[in-house]
Amino acid sequence: MSVETQTSNRPTGTAPAAEPLVRLEQVTKRFGEHTVLDRLDFAVEAGRHVTLIGPSGSGKTTILRMLMTLTRPDEGTITVAGQRLFPAPEKQVREARKNIGMVFQQFNLFPNMTVLRNLTEAPVTVLGLSRDEAEERARELLELVGLSDKCDVRPPRLSGGQQQRVAIARALAMRPKVLLLDEVTSALDPELVAGVLDLLRDIARSTDITMLCVTHEMNFARDISDQVLMFDAGRIVEAGPPEQIFGDPEQARTREFLSAVR
Amino acid sequence: MNWDWSAVGDFLPYFWKGLLVTLQVLALGSLISFSLGLVWALLCRVPTRWVQWPVGVVTEFVRNTPLLVQLFFLFYVLPEWGLAFSAPATGVVAIGLHYSTYTMQVYRAGIEAVPAGQWEAATALNLPRGRTWRAVILPQALRRVVPALGNYVLSMLKDTPLLMAITVLEMLGQARLFSQERFQFTEPLTVIGVAFVVVSYLASLLLRTLERRLVR
Repeated sequence: MSVETQTSNRPTGTAPAAEPLVRLEQVTKRFGEHTVLDRLDFAVEAGRHVTLIGPSGSGKTTILRMLMTLTRPDEGTITVAGQRLFPAPEKQVREARKNIGMVFQQFNLFPNMTVLRNLTEAPVTVLGLSRDEAEERARELLELVGLSDKCDVRPPRLSGGQQQRVAIARALAMRPKVLLLDEVTSALDPELVAGVLDLLRDIARSTDITMLCVTHEMNFARDISDQVLMFDAGRIVEAGPPEQIFGDPEQARTREFLSAVR
Repeated sequence: MNWDWSAVGDFLPYFWKGLLVTLQVLALGSLISFSLGLVWALLCRVPTRWVQWPVGVVTEFVRNTPLLVQLFFLFYVLPEWGLAFSAPATGVVAIGLHYSTYTMQVYRAGIEAVPAGQWEAATALNLPRGRTWRAVILPQALRRVVPALGNYVLSMLKDTPLLMAITVLEMLGQARLFSQERFQFTEPLTVIGVAFVVVSYLASLLLRTLERRLVR
């Protein structure tokens, strides 16, 4: 089964590229006896915002983790921005990984560094920016996420919502082409969810960054996505623009899932 | 048994010399065990059998043989192979090596206690492996291990009298020397007993301050 992203009415500013930015081909992932993903094909064009929905254990998070090279597929190929991510030698993986950023459910900020240092560490050591350049970029991003006053604070002192906004800024500081968002609001107190989602909406609207989100926030998915992929048991059950998936799903499994989560 | 204050006074010159040696052994032994233990712990993470296995065997062997046997071995057997060191140097190395096999386990637990998410975030940011260790993992792991390392310092202090067996004149050695010359045992042994308590106490205060500094 092959699912290509469909053209949407979103002006992306870039001409439709021949080669999609992210491409998974025949990707299979097993954990022991259990096959999480079964010969999966999908591709995402540059600038698209794709949301992965479906029940837990359907393989959505595994896809993000494979794209971030946190886990390796058993079979298949993964290509990002024209560079092979799997299978590939370590050196090439490091190069390809520069195109990808990730925001985690549990934030995973470095508690031993200040907020500013969290944002400058990788740009300095990986991208080779000078400390001044990196700090300037970090301060701009902290302003974007509304936390300019927290530069010198250590992350454990921040609320969950603030930590997640710092984590988003940290990922953006690397200027990735693709941003992976793994249930970024699931660990937040309910009253903090809106702030994080608003920020992501802003980023989706104001940049041409490609986003892949796994989320249980259906309203958010409907809001920011160009395309929604409905997963079940390691396969894509249905793919389409949010109006179709949320308004008039074709598959019974999609309807069932959506009525359960609403 | 009569308590003789003049014997205490006479013992003091011996005592100061012994105390100095004990403190030196403790400081250098701690330094060796802290650094070597970290080296062991890191070597255990090298993903090849050819490193992990020998390190495992050596450290397991050292941990499970008595320190006294190791002292004798280093002091009496190594010279036969042409490796002779002074008694205090041998003592410091032996005690440092012995305790490194314990601190190694402390470090290992500290490293494992750093959440997997920290490694994942470092990968997501494309940090090189060495940088991930230095900037992310070790600072968090080391902070956690200070209390446990402190306990080994105190334990090491109580093992320093074993060095007497290889002729190092630390506190107990000096007390024994004094006793043999004067046939007075009560006073020197009491003095060093109190000294052990006082040094332990001061060391634990120092460690607690350090702990508070690090675990902010």
